[in-house]
Amino acid sequence: MFLELDNLHAGYGRVEVLHGVSLHVDEGEIVSILGANGAGKTTTLQTVSGLATWMSGAIRLRGEDIHRLPSHEIVTRGLAQSPEGRRVFGALTVLENLRLGAFTIRDRESAARTRDWIFELFPRLYERREQLAGTLSGGEQQMLAIARALMAQPRVLLLDEPSLGLAPLMVRAIFETVRKVNESGVTILIVEQNARAALRLASRGYVLELGRIVMEDSAANLLANPSVQQAYLGA
Amino acid sequence: MDQFLQQLVNGLAIGGIYALVALGYTMVYGVLKLINFAHGDLFTIGAYLGMTLFVSLGLAGKVPAWAAVTLVAVMVMGLVALLGWLLERAAYRPLRSAGRLSAVVSALGASIFFQNAVMLIWGAKYYVYPETMRPDTILHLFGMGIPAIRIVIIAASVLLMLALYWFINRTRLGTAIRAAAIDQGAARLMGINVDRIIALVFLIGPGLGGVAGVMVGLTYGQISFDMGFSYGLKAFTAAILGGIGNIPGAMLGGMLLGLIETLGAAYLTMAWKDALSFLVLILILIIRPTGILGERVAEKL
Repeated sequence: MFLELDNLHAGYGRVEVLHGVSLHVDEGEIVSILGANGAGKTTTLQTVSGLATWMSGAIRLRGEDIHRLPSHEIVTRGLAQSPEGRRVFGALTVLENLRLGAFTIRDRESAARTRDWIFELFPRLYERREQLAGTLSGGEQQMLAIARALMAQPRVLLLDEPSLGLAPLMVRAIFETVRKVNESGVTILIVEQNARAALRLASRGYVLELGRIVMEDSAANLLANPSVQQAYLGA
Repeated sequence: MDQFLQQLVNGLAIGGIYALVALGYTMVYGVLKLINFAHGDLFTIGAYLGMTLFVSLGLAGKVPAWAAVTLVAVMVMGLVALLGWLLERAAYRPLRSAGRLSAVVSALGASIFFQNAVMLIWGAKYYVYPETMRPDTILHLFGMGIPAIRIVIIAASVLLMLALYWFINRTRLGTAIRAAAIDQGAARLMGINVDRIIALVFLIGPGLGGVAGVMVGLTYGQISFDMGFSYGLKAFTAAILGGIGNIPGAMLGGMLLGLIETLGAAYLTMAWKDALSFLVLILILIIRPTGILGERVAEKL
């Protein structure tokens, strides 16, 4: 198992949000977490990245416990995140944002190769490379958030709500890029409100309700499941 | 005209000193959203250490005054930087998760601690920088005599600011400092060790503040244990004037405040010199609370 959450309890400060979440992502997979607002999707990703408060249970990356590591060391072990709300550095240029994404990469040539690949993936970012990130459109900022995470050359990429607030065409473009990233060998754990799009992309999915995993199945089965359809697919 | 040029030099010299101290306030505020009230006292310690080092190293007469002053300034920068680092470790880091008010109280406590430490070590009296330490070369420019030390202080403060500007804008660590100031959580996701960035800021800010303390001793001769309060308040005003959290803003604000104060004292009234500075503070808070260069870019969601 590539990334594994084992009976994870976590939250913010003393407030427990996740009450024993267990899930796993195998190498090369795209796995999606579905759930309503407040179910704990973002908290799950934040805990994996070391930004929320871990309470008990385990998080393992390629067999190594990472739940006690500070965020910056988790990044160096090959796990990066594009956070909810994008959180690009608005007062910095696109290039500076990308350079920060590669903060842990000491090999300059290797970082430059990654950047070239990213500019192939997101030609729009190349056009806007000298522009301040705060002046980009929402969709471009989302591209930048993903691109910035990829600059860390991660083996596992966490994506939190990449389609939030974007026009349908832009959503399609972003998901298409996510697929390309996955095909290049990056394992992906994605959290989405747009459950239909996420399940089309993913091989498997988990349904999170009030901090607990209530369902786990292949993406095809989840798409066909009546209760999932009613609750998350608006059908 | 002669008087104007004289005052211009005086204004830029004190402005450079304000700017160096203001940088310490603004950088700490940038990454921690905390006003480091002990910063003015670190500046005071810089002034005292400069004097003590000069005397105890016995540099007078043995090496040229310029060389002695440079050596002392560099040593003070290192020592006060170390003190700033210790301050963060002891007074701020343990309170990192405790809320901002606790940190502010801790900052005020640290300020009182440092001020009393200076009083205990050096005594509660005014000190005068030794004459042998103050190069007395007078430059004759455009028919007026300008103390060379003022020109050197202007040059040194500008040089330090340019170096800092280059570091912040052109290096990997400098960019990381800017990122941490914008969004600490996102900076952590980049693999940046934000604790080390904060420690770095507490080395740079106090280092520059310590040098500014030596500059005050060299320019005005007299230092006292409570000088950190008035200079600190002026530098804080300068940081607000330029836009708190904004590094070029602190530089601009410091220079501007120095000029306003000096020219105001020369042409309006000497007695109202300090009042003028604080009038500037009040006006900027009313008219443009973000400061001259504050918040240039709106964040889009």
